[in-house]
Amino acid sequence: MVFSRSDTSSAGRVVEDGKVPIPVKMIVAGGFAVGKTTFVTSLSEIEPLTTEANMTQVSEGIDDTGSATSKRGTTVAMDFGRISLGDDLILYLFGTPGQERFHFMWDDLVRGAIGAVVLVDTTRLQDCFPAVDYFERSGLPFVVAVNTFHGQLHHRLEDVREALAVPGHVPMVVTDARNREATKATLLELVQHALAQSR
Amino acid sequence: MTLNDPTTDALHSRSLRVRPYALTGGRTRSSTDLPLETIVRTTAHGASQLGRLTHERRRIADMGREPLAIAEISAHLHVPLGVARVLVGDMVTDGLLMTAQAPQTSPDARPDVSLLERVLHGLQSL
Repeated sequence: MVFSRSDTSSAGRVVEDGKVPIPVKMIVAGGFAVGKTTFVTSLSEIEPLTTEANMTQVSEGIDDTGSATSKRGTTVAMDFGRISLGDDLILYLFGTPGQERFHFMWDDLVRGAIGAVVLVDTTRLQDCFPAVDYFERSGLPFVVAVNTFHGQLHHRLEDVREALAVPGHVPMVVTDARNREATKATLLELVQHALAQSR
Repeated sequence: MTLNDPTTDALHSRSLRVRPYALTGGRTRSSTDLPLETIVRTTAHGASQLGRLTHERRRIADMGREPLAIAEISAHLHVPLGVARVLVGDMVTDGLLMTAQAPQTSPDARPDVSLLERVLHGLQSL
């Protein structure tokens, strides 16, 4: 584990380091009201929290040319949850809006991430196009998860794949954002996919 | 040993995540150097200084008795991520907080196979 060691140099007394768990993260992306926060809630050990990213603050670190600063003042709320995996590992799940205008923060989110779940509502397929485009371009492992709101899938998965033009190697699953076992299975699919890509 | 000594084994390449603050004293330029999922924990030194800290710092040091991510601090303090990053970065520099980041990453910053396997097993046993 990598951590910053602290010492009180003035007193010459070395302070005992506590244990700091390692963070890992996944992204849950999709259109408005597709069930991202519900998905995060179903697995999180805490009530999902909301953090705000300010566009100008984030863009300063990513691009010093100031190309994004013209949209000063834009903030984006992100809901996220946390799942402890043993004593020394914490998985954070960040739900993020899928619209193209929020992509400025995705570069930051995607860095170091295990991968992403693109949550899809088949009645509004086009809402997930920007997320699929983005993850394809960035090379981040992702799975497409069709959220079945009432346990019913109205389309064949392969039809959805064709409509989204998702390549054959990208896993496509049916999930239920409200159901812990279903969301857990979706995350397992993502980790296995990420493993297959990194081997 | 000093916090930002680049020769320190425990820090090696990760020292750059904190070092710019010490170099520039800048409060926003390096605000994205700490990933938003960076987990912090209050050091014994930080805990001993609680009564002397400013309001925000005291709240962060208090929260940090249990490990938590910068994103969580941002949410609890109701401040934007960038602000939480600067506050935390300064406190790490001052030795009040210690941090952990995933060390097992491939060159493109993705978690490596052994870390992914730990995540897989962790999720399976949920």
